[in-house]
Parts: sequence; C-alpha cells; structure tokens
Amino acid sequence: MADERLWDYAPAPENRDIANLKPSYQMFVDGQFVDGTGDALKTINPATGEVLAEVGTASPADVDRAVKAARRAYEKVWGRMPGAERAKYLFRIARFIAERARELAVLESLDNGKPIRESRDVDVPTASAHFFYHAGWADKLGYAGYGPDPRPLGVAGQVIPWNFPLLMAAWKIAPALACGNTVVLKPAETTPLTALVLAEICQQAELPPGVVNILAGAGNVGASLVNHPDVDKVAFTGSTEVGKQIQSSLAGTGRKLTLELGGKAANIVFEDAPLDQAVEGIVNGIFFNQGHVCCAGSRLLVAESVADEVLAKLRARVTTLRVGDPLDKNTDVGAINSAEQLAKIKSLVEIGDDEGAERWTSPCPLPDKGFFFAPTVFSGVSQAMRIAREEIFGPVLSVLTFRTPDEAIAKANNTPYGLSAGVWTEKGSRILSMANRLRAGVVWANTFNRFDPAAPFGGYQESGFGREGGRAGLEAYLDV
Amino acid sequence: MSDTRVTVAKTYKLYIGGAFPRSESGRSYQVTDSRGGFLANAAQASRKDARDSVVAARKAFGGWSGATAYNRGQVLYRVAEMMEGRREQFIADVQASEGVQLRRAQSFVDAAIDRWVWYAGWTDKLAAVLGSSNPVAGPYFSFTTPEPTGVVAVFAPQASSLLGLVSVVAPVLAGGNTCVVVASQDRPLPAITLSEVLATSDVPGGVVNMLTGRTAELAPWLAAHADVNALDLAGAPASQRVELERAAAGTVKRVPRVPAAEPDWTRAPDISRLRAFLEAKTVWHPIGV
Amino acid sequence: MAAPSTAPPLPADLAEVTRDESTLRRFLYGLPGVDQVGVEQRAATLATRSIKKSAKLWAIDTAISMVDLTTLEGADTPGKVRSLAAKAKRPDPDHPETPHVAAVCVYPDLAGIAVEALIGSGVEVASVATAFPSGRSARSVKLADVADAVASGAGEVDMVIDRGAFLSGRYGLVYDEIVEVKAACGDAHLKVILETGELATYDNVRRASWLALLAGGDFIKTSTGKVSPAATLPVTHVMLQAVRDWYERTGHHRGVKPAGGIRTSKDAIRYLVAVHEVAGEAWLSPKLFRFGASSLLNDLVMQRRTQLDGHYSGPDYVTVD
Repeated sequence: MADERLWDYAPAPENRDIANLKPSYQMFVDGQFVDGTGDALKTINPATGEVLAEVGTASPADVDRAVKAARRAYEKVWGRMPGAERAKYLFRIARFIAERARELAVLESLDNGKPIRESRDVDVPTASAHFFYHAGWADKLGYAGYGPDPRPLGVAGQVIPWNFPLLMAAWKIAPALACGNTVVLKPAETTPLTALVLAEICQQAELPPGVVNILAGAGNVGASLVNHPDVDKVAFTGSTEVGKQIQSSLAGTGRKLTLELGGKAANIVFEDAPLDQAVEGIVNGIFFNQGHVCCAGSRLLVAESVADEVLAKLRARVTTLRVGDPLDKNTDVGAINSAEQLAKIKSLVEIGDDEGAERWTSPCPLPDKGFFFAPTVFSGVSQAMRIAREEIFGPVLSVLTFRTPDEAIAKANNTPYGLSAGVWTEKGSRILSMANRLRAGVVWANTFNRFDPAAPFGGYQESGFGREGGRAGLEAYLDV
Repeated sequence: MSDTRVTVAKTYKLYIGGAFPRSESGRSYQVTDSRGGFLANAAQASRKDARDSVVAARKAFGGWSGATAYNRGQVLYRVAEMMEGRREQFIADVQASEGVQLRRAQSFVDAAIDRWVWYAGWTDKLAAVLGSSNPVAGPYFSFTTPEPTGVVAVFAPQASSLLGLVSVVAPVLAGGNTCVVVASQDRPLPAITLSEVLATSDVPGGVVNMLTGRTAELAPWLAAHADVNALDLAGAPASQRVELERAAAGTVKRVPRVPAAEPDWTRAPDISRLRAFLEAKTVWHPIGV
Repeated sequence: MAAPSTAPPLPADLAEVTRDESTLRRFLYGLPGVDQVGVEQRAATLATRSIKKSAKLWAIDTAISMVDLTTLEGADTPGKVRSLAAKAKRPDPDHPETPHVAAVCVYPDLAGIAVEALIGSGVEVASVATAFPSGRSARSVKLADVADAVASGAGEVDMVIDRGAFLSGRYGLVYDEIVEVKAACGDAHLKVILETGELATYDNVRRASWLALLAGGDFIKTSTGKVSPAATLPVTHVMLQAVRDWYERTGHHRGVKPAGGIRTSKDAIRYLVAVHEVAGEAWLSPKLFRFGASSLLNDLVMQRRTQLDGHYSGPDYVTVD
C-alpha cells in the first residue's frame, strides 16, 4: 500500500541524542539527586519496547525524607520569601524550559510515545508558559480575589499521570510555588524522565533546596505521599478510580484536595457547523496524544442531517493521519504509552464490536514493534454501549447522532463525568445556550483541546474538583 | 590597555519608530551632572519630532495591542533581562544624572528592573482581575474586558530619571498602549540608555518613542494632538498642568490625577497606573438555540 | 442564466442551482461556513511537515513542473518573453534532466511571441485576459481580450472575476461573465482568478470558488499577484476543499492555482503538502495544480542542485530572467 503512493514522505526523525538520555536517573530530594531505597524501575520506549533508562524509586522512608525537606524549605525559606523573589525563580524555570525545549521534547517523545510534533509544539512550550504565567502571580496574589494577603498551605503532595508528563508537572508545581508552597511530586511510573530533567532545571535555577522534590515510583509511592500526615495539600491527576481512593483516604484529615480525573467528553456538531473545521476539531479532539487525554472528545454527537457527510469527511481525514515513530516529525499519532493501556483499548474495542457498533479503522500502516493502535471510529453507537460510557483513553471515537439541541444536551450530560465538551455551530447564541446547559468544566466552541495557563481547567462530578490555571487555579494552593 | 586611551563618547539621540534619529530641528542641549559638570549633548526634540513620534506610536498600536497578552509579558520580561545585562551602565547613568551615592543608584536600578518584571506579569492577568462576566437580567451573555486606550503621551518624572521613568512607562505598555515619552528634561541620559535596551529587547519599534528636550515646549503640542488618547502628566511642569488638562479636553483625552509632588517611586506600585490607560469594553450576546 | 458551454454537464441538483440569481445565492449562502481560526491552525500545523531527501527531490521536481512562469509587467518586451520561454523549457541548463515548467504566463499582446518561442516544447502558453488585473472594463472588451489571447494561440486563459459585483452580491453577473469567457475560450483552459486578497473572508473564498466551478472554470486561482495579500496557505486550503468537494459531487477534477508571493522551495513544498493531504494525491499533477510565480523557479532550481550536489547553491549559479 505504501509503495503505491505517488509521494511518500521520507522519514524525518528527530535525533534521539538530543534527549541526553542517561543510563540511570535518581530521585530529587532537598536539592540533590540521591538514590532512592525503593526497587529501581526500568522505563521503556513504548514505540520500540527498548529500555530507556533505569530509574531509582522512593520507599516510604524516602517519601518521609522528601516531605521533611519540603517542610524545612517551606518554613525556613520559601514560605517567607517575598512574592517578587519567588517570581524570579519561576521566571528562570520558565526560561530554562524554553532553552532546553528540544531536549525535553525528544525525551518526552521517547519516554511517552507521543509524536514529537506535539511534544515540541504543545507540551513543552505550554509547560514553559505555565511557569511564566504563574511567576507573574507570585507577587500579585492580593489581586486574585482571595483577600489582601492570602497565605500558602505548606507542603503539597502531587501525583501526576503519564499522558502529559512534563506539562502535568508544570501544572502542579508552578501554581504551588507561586503561592508559596513547597512540593513533593511523583511522576507516573511509566514516564518519569522529563520530570527528573525538570528537577535538574530547578537545580540550575538555584531554586532553594527542598522547594521541589521529585520521587519516581509506582502507585504505592503515590499512596504513601498523599497519605503522609505532614502533607498539607494533595493534588492528583489520573483515573477516577484512584481519585476516589485518595478522596476516601483523606476523609476527615481536613487536608485540601484537588482532583483532575477522567472524562467522556461529548463533541457536538450541528448541521450549520463549519464542517471542515469541525472535522479537524473532531480529529484533534480524539486523536491528539493518541487519545490519551482526559478531556478527549471521545463521543461525537453529530446532527442526523449531516451525519453521513461528517462521517465521510472524517474517515477521509483520519486516513491521512500518519501513525508511527513518535520521533518522526511527520507523525500525527504516536505510540500507546504501555502494553497495559494497549490491552485496555483493545478490550474495549472488542466490546464495541460485540455491542454491535460499526467499527471503521484507518487503513494506515502500523510499525511492527512497539505499542500502536490504528485510529478507530465506531458509528451507530448508542448511549447504552460501554464504548459510549467508559473512558477508553485511546484513539477510538464513538459516534452518536441527535436530532434536537435538547437531545444533544441530554446525551452529552448523560455520564458521571463532566470534564469537557465541544460545540460546533456558526450560530453564536446556540453556542452560549449549549455552554450554559452542558455540565462540564470546559466547553470548547468551534475548537477543541485548547489549553492556556490563563484559562482554568477542571471537571464537574466524577471528573474531579478544583481548577488548574487562571485566577481560579490559585485557590487550590492558598489557605482560603 | 594604555592609561592614556581616549574614550569614545556616546551620542545621545532620540528614539522614534525604532530608530535613533537626531532632532529634525538640528538642536541639542547640554546635559550636566548634579554639580553642573558637562555630561553630554542631548538632542532637543521639536514639535515635529513629537508629531513623528505620535505617528510612529499610532502605527505600532495595532500590532502591540493585538499581540497576545502572553507575548507582551514575554517582551516586557525581556526588557528586564536586557536591563540586568546593562546594570552597570544604568547605575553610572543614574549616579551621574541624579548625583546619588552608588548604593542608592544600585537600588534604583534594581527596583527599575524588578518593576518591569512586576508589570510583565500583569499583561495576562489584567482581564482576569479587571474584567467580568456580567449576570444581566435576561437571556444574554455579557462580559466586560479591559482594552488599551491607545497612544499615551507620557511626561516622565523630572527627579527620578530611571525608576520614575520605568514606573510610568511600563504600565502603559503592559496594558497594550503605545507611547510618546518626554524624558526628564535635565536628567535624560538614563532614558536614552533605556531606549537602547528597548530597541534590542523585542519591543516593536514605535511602541515606545523617547524624546529628550524641553518638556514645557513639547507638552502643549502633545496635549492638544488629536491622535493622542491619554496623557500622563507625572513630570509635566506644575505651572503648565491646568493648560495641558484643558488642551486634553479638546479630544477628551484621559488624564489621570497627578500628586503635587513627585512620589516616592521606590514604593511598591499598585494597579492604578494600569487601570488609568485601559478602557472597559462590554459585549452582549443572546443565548438561545 | 446560461449553462457553461464546453464544460461537462452538471448533475441535476447543481444544474438547478444555476437557474437564476436567487437559486445561486441560496446555494452559495448554504455552503458550510469556514472558521478562520480553525483553517489557519490546520494550515499552520500542516506547514510543519518535514519533507526530506527523496521526498524533497520529488517535490522540487513536481513543483518545477507545476510552475506557470509569469511575467506581467507594463515593461515586458518580446525579448523578455523569449528569454523567459527559454528558461521555461530548460530551467537549469547545467542539469538538462530538470523538468520543464507547466506554462509561461504573459499579457495577451505577448502571447503570440510566447507561443512561437515554445512550439513543440510541451510548455503551455497562458495569457491573462478580461482586463487583467482589475477587470474593470465592459464585458465586450473583456471578451475581445479573451478572443485575442486565444487567437494568438494561448492554450490557457487566466481571467479575473468582477470582485465589485461579487462583493455587492450580484453573483449571477459574475457567473454569467465566467460562462461567457469560458465560451470565448473554446478549447483553451480557463483559470478563474478570484483575487482572494480582495474577497476578505474565507467564506467569500469558498463561495467564489464554487461560483467559478459552477460556471465551468477549469482552475480556480487565488490572485493576480497585483494585490496583497496574494496566495496564502489557508486560502489555498479552502480552495482545495472546494475542488475536492466538487469532485465528490460531480466526479470531475478541477484544478487550483495559488499565485503571488510564493518565492521559496520551502513555501512550494508546503503547498504541495496541502494539495496532498487536503485534496488528495490526484491533484499532485500540473494538470490540476499550478504555481503562479516568477522568482520561485530559481529557488527550486537552486534547492534541486543542493539536493543533488550536497552543498548549498547560490543565486549566481542560476540564470537571471
């Protein structure tokens, strides 16, 4: 099939040496890289299965050390430092991320499997912007609407997922530090590397020791961190299942908690939508980052009168998506992050088949090794099917139809989640009315998957609580 | 290096539209240090230089006000970075101009740098702090958002040659305005050095136009200029203020209140200078299927 | 309104559209809107494609073969046109395997000179007509202009639409004029210049594209090159969507020609990527895609040498025309 093409793009791989990959990585505690006393883990490249590096993990004793270091830093240095001075450290970190952008992008693509185009153009610049934005808040908290002199909480325990490893670290660390807290952060087991380079950046920025501590490890490290009695604030991004466990285990402790969990977003396309751009938005909504996005537009709700046309355009467009080597600059869809995730996607897709949905799979060629899954579109999906209700967290779109705005709203809101939603119509008043009625923390109109440090992000209902970004996001890290 | 080396003296020029011209009038005036010793010949701007500056500021307004707030923040932060790199030169300029001790000059320069950083952080927060979504009693989505006023003529403080200058220029820029600045008449050198920093720190040409010369001569022309939207009279001669405010009324320019005496610029600022040069725009849109 | 004379018959639903001014207007206003931010983002993202090695060489050769080598100056002379023709036939005399360009594009009074200079070369002669570039003349003058160009042997005619009529909503008038020009073209291919820089919105570009296709234009072309902005990537996206959708509805292929402002190989390759991924592989041919350009050819030739020689070339090593 590839041979018959008139114009095959030659491979355009980014040079993996730029990642400065080291054979082993250590955890970062109290300003130093130190050996953890947990069992080392091996992080792999999901595009090939090769081991990238060995990463030292934390034991419960290490968690305690890190929390103590964070406490000391909070009490002796960071909590007392004037905001304008804290700001300068954050500006430095923002600049260092930008300066080392290419290294971070390549490393992220290696460790996570996401296409270099996305790590380069989205993850890394947005991470830098997040620090830059929050740096500005550090000496302006009195203007944020939380009283004249809002105080920090203390030590924040933060646990982040594998889908946007560096960006989620930035989302967590930047507002915490801006508000005057210190942090202990645990990156995901399968994607610890860029967070540890961020630790190196903190060191280069001469951030006082203990302000940022980064511990690699699996769920047990996260559990001992969020349950540590000397942590004042817990922030978690990840699955709804784990979020519920954390909320339950913190019950009665009075500790401040924010959760950013799963989603099953509806992307609603009306008959008067700008169809070509709607198709782009649908594609971006579900195939961005291999669909490993909690706010992915995984349910397409399309007006019956244009459903055939939209589906035809969508399939044609999805066919042009290039799936493969994440380091190739022309790759649109990279590798699924882990064998476990791939298995989960496959099993849900089989369930979709069994439930009677009509499966269409992009005819794109897939690499013979690594974890890949071809972009898949299920049509004829009904609300009762599991593929319409459960978060697949992969490049799989479920297409449903509707006839009236009420029906679209009813279907869109008919989920325990409520993270995001999309609306496509050229009619402004309809956008606003749909936005009013959608029970979701973010509503994108005639666009999808837009993120900005100035715009608060977070969910309703089982998608979690608390916001990240913007003025609203500061609340999570202030004693208010 | 030989001790007898003759230094290369710097020519202090105007800064208009991103270029450093001499005054079109060909005039210059002597700038002296606090003890009356000769420092330099500064260009003495004319009303035509002021006019050209307004044209340049207007031309730059679309791009600067239309840039993303994030981008403007980056650019203003870059100004701080560049100033930090020329810290010694600024300290020398301030010392010579203001006749203050080294320590004091250092603290002024450091405060000036930090002030850019403070305002850099404001660009993308103004709308969140000053804007609103308005819960109107009807099926409408109504929101209010701050927008820059336009071209601001800024008469920089006369005493505080650098910190005062930065304190009045940075908020004008942070809000997305462009400006024509008349530097401290007798202490203009730090302003020209600042212009050189602006010229090399991603601030688009024309966003700041720096004039040196006689404030009293230039002020009436700028105050009456129909393409100027607001005045900052911080450093305008007290005897001229009424006249200038009256001239401003001719095209309903915004003129924030100015204290009688020059304030202590080392004090932490609030957002009054940002608000002074922002308009509030309210948008209404129906909500319905 | 008249039906296009020489174009293949339209499917019934589209034929119905051209019945009168009001059906035409309804149809054009019923086309899906174009979201500016969305189309510009898509164009910008696609422009990050990295085309290397053999794919790049193929793209350069393809781009050369798609160039309508253009000179449209008041100062043009027969000598200038002859030297342009020579360049068109052999863009790089040192590398004779370099493909020839698609066409030479001139004013009507020089079309005959170009035809003579290009006999047997495979390079077409395109003539602008219809009171290019403004189109501000009487219909009879425009048609005479076309007839003159065709009589001089031009195989392709690049007409301009009446933007004033289009912007004031007189779509029937614009349509009829294209139909008449098409008839006057006879066997010559008709490229319809929309002058997208004056149409101001992508919605207008989409409507004008469909209008030109309905009226029988063989190509839709962005610009005269005399108005800024000329060709842009997002405008070309919208036009490529139009010919793609036209093919879906009618089964007929129509072409697209961005013109003006495309000066570097890098730009040209970005356009080819858009052709490839927006319209499809079928359009990767001079039959369906052209570049209206002058200085672009030299850059393509230089980059071609860079690919073959392994070092950068310089402007003194390609011919000036």
